[in-house]
Amino acid sequence: MKIHEFQAKELMRARGIPVPQGTAVTSVAEAVKAVAPLIEATGNPVVVVKAQIHAGGRGKGRFIEEPELGGVSVVTEGRDGGVEAAKTKVGDLAARMLDGTLVTVQTGPEGKPVRRLYIEQGVDIDRELYLSVLLDRASSRNVVMASTEGGTEIEQVAEETPEKILREEIDPGLGLLDFQARQLAYGLGLEGMAFKNGVRFIKTLAEAAVELDTDLIEINPLVVTKEGAVVALDGKMSFEANALYRHPEVQDMRDLSEENAAEIEASGYDLSFIKLDGTIGCMVNGAGLAMATMDIIKYVGGQPANFLDVGGGAEKDQVAAAFKIITRDPNVKGIFVNIFGGIMKCDTIAQGIVDAVDEVGLDMPLVVRLEGTNVDLGKQILDESGLNILSAADMKDGAQKILEATKS
Amino acid sequence: MSVLIDKNTKVIVQGMGKTGRFHTDKAIAYGTQMVAAVHPSRAGQTELFQGETDHSGVPDRPDSYQVELPIFRTVREAIAATGATVSVVYVPPPFAADAIMEAADAGLDLVVCVTEGIPVADMVKAKSYLAPRQTRLVGPNCPGVITPRECKIGIMPGYIHEAGRVGVVSRSGTLTYEAVHQLTQVGLGQTTAIGIGGDPVNGTDFIDCLRLFNDDPDTHGVIMIGEIGGTAEEEAAAWITAHMTKPVAGFIAGTTAPPGKRMGHAGAIISGGKGTAADKISALQAAGVVVAPTPTDMGAAMVEAMEQQS
Repeated sequence: MKIHEFQAKELMRARGIPVPQGTAVTSVAEAVKAVAPLIEATGNPVVVVKAQIHAGGRGKGRFIEEPELGGVSVVTEGRDGGVEAAKTKVGDLAARMLDGTLVTVQTGPEGKPVRRLYIEQGVDIDRELYLSVLLDRASSRNVVMASTEGGTEIEQVAEETPEKILREEIDPGLGLLDFQARQLAYGLGLEGMAFKNGVRFIKTLAEAAVELDTDLIEINPLVVTKEGAVVALDGKMSFEANALYRHPEVQDMRDLSEENAAEIEASGYDLSFIKLDGTIGCMVNGAGLAMATMDIIKYVGGQPANFLDVGGGAEKDQVAAAFKIITRDPNVKGIFVNIFGGIMKCDTIAQGIVDAVDEVGLDMPLVVRLEGTNVDLGKQILDESGLNILSAADMKDGAQKILEATKS
Repeated sequence: MSVLIDKNTKVIVQGMGKTGRFHTDKAIAYGTQMVAAVHPSRAGQTELFQGETDHSGVPDRPDSYQVELPIFRTVREAIAATGATVSVVYVPPPFAADAIMEAADAGLDLVVCVTEGIPVADMVKAKSYLAPRQTRLVGPNCPGVITPRECKIGIMPGYIHEAGRVGVVSRSGTLTYEAVHQLTQVGLGQTTAIGIGGDPVNGTDFIDCLRLFNDDPDTHGVIMIGEIGGTAEEEAAAWITAHMTKPVAGFIAGTTAPPGKRMGHAGAIISGGKGTAADKISALQAAGVVVAPTPTDMGAAMVEAMEQQS
């Protein structure tokens, strides 16, 4: 589960991790109102206006409505013009950014609507660093990654200058040890006050990752000021879904408006659903088989419209919900149901399909491939239903049949 | 004959809830020696299983079964009373990692964890706990392990399997069933099929299974089924190049999966450009693995790999 930058910074602030002061706002009036207290509290006339969406690359991103405008704007008018000038500029930016659509490298070309801004204190940057905590699957441990190349995509650093990435594994019993935090701070070239602050920052961040069950905390950039302060200028956190049950305060931060409506609806029926751009809807049992079904549609020359795993024990109402969700997508021209019955018997799923089609109605081709437990009974139910269902001998045959049926 | 489990394996079940009961019954019907359950709140009770076996009518095998399974407080007590060496875990996600660690502390050879949805942090701890101990973990979030006609531990449908010559190892449940079904159809059958699970942090990995199958005289080929996410398949490819003496076929799911999205399995995600199907397929092909272009071709790919090497 992803959260916004302002929420990640709230969680960090609560744990004593230095972040700039800021206020999240949803209207122009609120944005303007936030400026004066911020400048008074920090003594810094510079403020920053940041679009809050669940995607990275906001600074380099651009609004569809206004291609010159980025997702992060630094307001320096307060230096010469005082608080009033800063307020005017923030108000102007807020009016242009709110309800705009921001396109970044991570949003796709359609972009994401901006409904909330974060008005934040400006920071005098001396150096920009990178710091993250994430799971390393190869060692089955969390690792702290750090780099002197702050402000750059870490994937790019890993590709071009892998020697500039420092790593320390977190022992699950002991946590990140003091010497490991020191090694990272030395590696980042921190000295004096910045070294002390850096060590504390790294240790506290590692503790927060473990305490909050994050699957990623990324601070990019982590900045060092001329005074030696170490501050999270940006903050990205995402959480491990299986552990959310023990973090109700994090669950409350979920922003449903950032997620796909069909995916939210599907999760309510315990269906694992991901929307794609193609024309052939898929309904499958098992995650691996569901992926392989998408692959085989592509292999025979079609385009899958979705990933959908109905799970191992799908009931009739889940099958019906799956049909409804798939057919609501206007791009979908046909559906391919691919089931390998194990514990879930083919006759049960066949009856589920017949009942669901009766209930929902279906005005597009449907190809069903059944294999496994009680397969003959299942096929018999489909044959005798009087519904226009094409039966497939195997996966490839099914993929070819649905492609053929949707071509005309 | 097989790897990990055979007809002499004595198995306990941790978690005798609805799911544990259902699959224990299926395992007994298949012929597995289920000897005890561990379920603290029901310790001292017994659970009765009876019915017709999967092999009724087969000569020299029983037509029906009636087993009264004793329920214990701890894994140690269950082992002391029964001599079991393997456990299967059906404990719910918040408590499953603890069950795995209890099995390891008790010194079992193998613990198979079927449970889906265990927090990653819990598995990170469990793996660290298991590292210095002798217990092997298979899973979690997996269908289990089966040696056809001998021992079924987990949730796979038993009847699609046939004793034979190919070892199966897979991150996906239903794709394992596809592969097994096709191997049965082409007459190769299976020595043992191992589901290693779809989680990012799991126990036994591809390399462990390849090594086991490579050392098993009755396994004449291996089919490995991977998917997007992580680099386990790439590491397996390197091991195959260096050590594998038997033919290997493979399939990788997720060629069309978009980056950054979790495809059902917690571990099936392309992140930071790593873990794509294309990378895995080319690594396996470079190691001489015959990679099936579609899941329908997995059996044929195994046949081809075996013909190439003979």
